[in-house]
Amino acid sequence: MWQYEKKLQFPINIKTPNPKLASFIISQYGGPDGELAASMRYLSQRFAMKDNVTKGLLTDIGTEELAHLEMVGTIVHQLTKNATTTQIENSPMAAYYIDHGRGVYPAAASGVPFNAMTLASKSDPITNLVEDMAAEQKARTVYENILRVSDDPDVNNVIKYLRQREIVHFQRFGEALDTIQRKMCEKKTIVPGVKF
Amino acid sequence: MNRNQLLKQIMEYDFVLYELQLYLDTHPNDMRALKMFKQVSDTVCGLRKEFEEKFGPIIARNNESSTTWQWLESPWPWEN
Repeated sequence: MWQYEKKLQFPINIKTPNPKLASFIISQYGGPDGELAASMRYLSQRFAMKDNVTKGLLTDIGTEELAHLEMVGTIVHQLTKNATTTQIENSPMAAYYIDHGRGVYPAAASGVPFNAMTLASKSDPITNLVEDMAAEQKARTVYENILRVSDDPDVNNVIKYLRQREIVHFQRFGEALDTIQRKMCEKKTIVPGVKF
Repeated sequence: MNRNQLLKQIMEYDFVLYELQLYLDTHPNDMRALKMFKQVSDTVCGLRKEFEEKFGPIIARNNESSTTWQWLESPWPWEN
């Protein structure tokens, strides 16, 4: 089970309202490569895993993604809290504002609400781990897209931190995949239940 | 007490604690509930310490050993 800690993983203190930037960053909350999809993907895939390294890694990274979800929500909240209605109306956040106000809702930057079709969870550990490595790279790409369109250092310091975490997770997933594949080679395991 | 018995006891006390937590969220001035929360909190603290010394960490950062990473060794909650 989980226990909440009343702190962020990395401090966030944004001083300048920016609804346009919020409408982009919301994608890492509920978009196709966002933190909600990441946590649901890893925490669901755990049940399919056969070795303790991967079970532990998915538990720990899945948990960290929940902390990142809170961080992205915090960024969106701080970017919109003191934005005026006029500022919002004249920004790409206008349509979002009509549906959700200044609330934090899991949706992509394009406006599409969170969809579990953006993640996969299968009973095959290799399939899952390769998906996870791709997911970390996709999230890194999105954080880099955000850095290209944002010039607020209060925001960018946090985005750079989150981007770095994607790289670390990719590295750890790669190591887990390597461990599993080496074990399969040693045991000369073929895919269970499949005739070649 | 074996692992499962001690774990079940911790789960029971943890549930009481959680139930009190929710109650205190909406009744923060209930002295009887506050006193009970403190008592159960102390009890569960001791039980968790005993469990982790005998059977390994419940949360990863309580990995006591400086020579082995015990976090991965004990059974996972979705497996019996």
